[in-house]
Amino acid sequence: MRAIAPVLLVIALLACVPVVTASNLVLNFLVTTLLLALLGQAWNVLGGYGGQYSFGHAAFFGTGAYVSAILQVRFGMNAWLAFGIGIAAGAFVGAVIGALCFRSGLRGSYFALVTLAFAEVLRIIASVAPITGAGVGTLIPLDLRPEAFQFQSRAPFYWIMLAVVAVSLVLVRLLEKSRFGAWLVAVRENEDAASALGIDAFRIKLAAMTISAAIAAAAGGFYAQYFLFVDAGIAYGPRVSVEALLAAIIGGLATVFGPLLGAIAIKTLGELTKLIAGDAPGLDLVVYGAMLIMVVAFAPRGIAGLLTELRDRFGRGVAPVPA
Amino acid sequence: MAAALLRLDGVCKRFGGLLALDHVSFTAEKGRITALIGPNGAGKTTLFAIISGFVRPSQGSVFYASADITSEPPHARARRGIARTFQLVQPFAELTVQDNIAVGAYLTRPARADASAAAADIARLVGLGSLLDRLPRTLTVSALKRLELARALAIEPRLLLLDEILAGLNPSEIRDIVPIIHDIRDRGITIVLIEHVMQAVMSLAEQVLVLAEGRIIACGPPRTVASDPEVVQAYFGRNTAARMLAQGDPL
Repeated sequence: MRAIAPVLLVIALLACVPVVTASNLVLNFLVTTLLLALLGQAWNVLGGYGGQYSFGHAAFFGTGAYVSAILQVRFGMNAWLAFGIGIAAGAFVGAVIGALCFRSGLRGSYFALVTLAFAEVLRIIASVAPITGAGVGTLIPLDLRPEAFQFQSRAPFYWIMLAVVAVSLVLVRLLEKSRFGAWLVAVRENEDAASALGIDAFRIKLAAMTISAAIAAAAGGFYAQYFLFVDAGIAYGPRVSVEALLAAIIGGLATVFGPLLGAIAIKTLGELTKLIAGDAPGLDLVVYGAMLIMVVAFAPRGIAGLLTELRDRFGRGVAPVPA
Repeated sequence: MAAALLRLDGVCKRFGGLLALDHVSFTAEKGRITALIGPNGAGKTTLFAIISGFVRPSQGSVFYASADITSEPPHARARRGIARTFQLVQPFAELTVQDNIAVGAYLTRPARADASAAAADIARLVGLGSLLDRLPRTLTVSALKRLELARALAIEPRLLLLDEILAGLNPSEIRDIVPIIHDIRDRGITIVLIEHVMQAVMSLAEQVLVLAEGRIIACGPPRTVASDPEVVQAYFGRNTAARMLAQGDPL
């Protein structure tokens, strides 16, 4: 319980926001931020804890989005059920890509490139296949009932999104404290030494990728439900993969709150850029790139690492905490 | 005679045109310390890699507790109870000493509290009890070697392979670590070690195998092996060997 207390505190604070403001602008900003936090957390499980840098998390995000949208639109399935199946489908895609990559011993930049290639292949298929609506995309018809996973106002959506982010935070916190987490980090640090200690590196990496893909697919399903529209560029585009890794790296790799902090920083800066420079296409990506360079150069442990450092430097002076 | 825990049968390893190991056969008996010595490039580390599963032999078989494990991957062998240390230490850089050891301890203890407690116990056993929260990069060579040893012990092995655990240590550090190895043996763990520090081999090993150019050229108790003409020759060359033997001055 003590391990997850900080998570509960942060979530409780965030849950109060809709009580304070009903502004659609604020809630919209927060929902998209949480969406990115969830996606970043997905990347963090595999990239942060597992050290496997994927450049293709769009493959899982997009599968979650498309599967849940298509099941509703073309097969008339209940939205919640479709959402669940979307997550399972994303996890399955993660397991397949993971098995292929890890079985062939792909590491480092080779792994990154092959995952990027898989996401691009899916993007191209989705942009021509009739079932995805090809170039037109898939539009989920408006049906503002909770049973259809659609709401009159943004607040319920925000709370559900927050609950899922909370679950992901708790999950990662528990992972940190578990045998699986310890073995995943061991594989990241030194695969040979890990296997000499009886760790099946292939299975550990595959499990991490499957969990990561499931979380990314959940983010994709939420995206579809929130914007009610999916097309190939949105779902499988490289932008999703880039944002996923940016949130995790800028926020702080292998930390519980890193992706959430990173998402807040990225979205805030993105909105500020739009405010100052107008809607110049791609300008926010330029800002993200500059931010990534700054973080890598000056705060390699990300925002979370920076905060820990500040606390150690100034917190100790005020009230010395016994180690 | 004690039962064999590990048996190699006609193991060969070819790297391209180089025959690194040439029909190596030997047994390591349960509860004893076997030392593997030989000049640089003799194939000692390759042999260890074959026993622990990191390298597949081109020919021949490896038996452990009478099971053929020749085609098993390293992690499966570790689960059977074969632990190894690496000649170049391979700590998990971002983990503390205790967490490094706990990674191994988790193998038999799924709960975090149990694994951490076991890790602390093992750290004390090898003399790292006061360094539990340190990161590997802050440790001395001697402490890093002890960490390798501790991590290997954490999986509760029945067979422990020590690859030059004493290399790079000064004489007083060696004196400190030798009793620890004896202590591990006294717990019933079979040990096979590669070592260049002859003084330690003499005091530790009950059986010595001499590997030269991929072949086992001598095998027996330390004293006998040290005065074997072929062994002296492998180390010092023909002329020096002849002179030394004439002077009655073995290794």
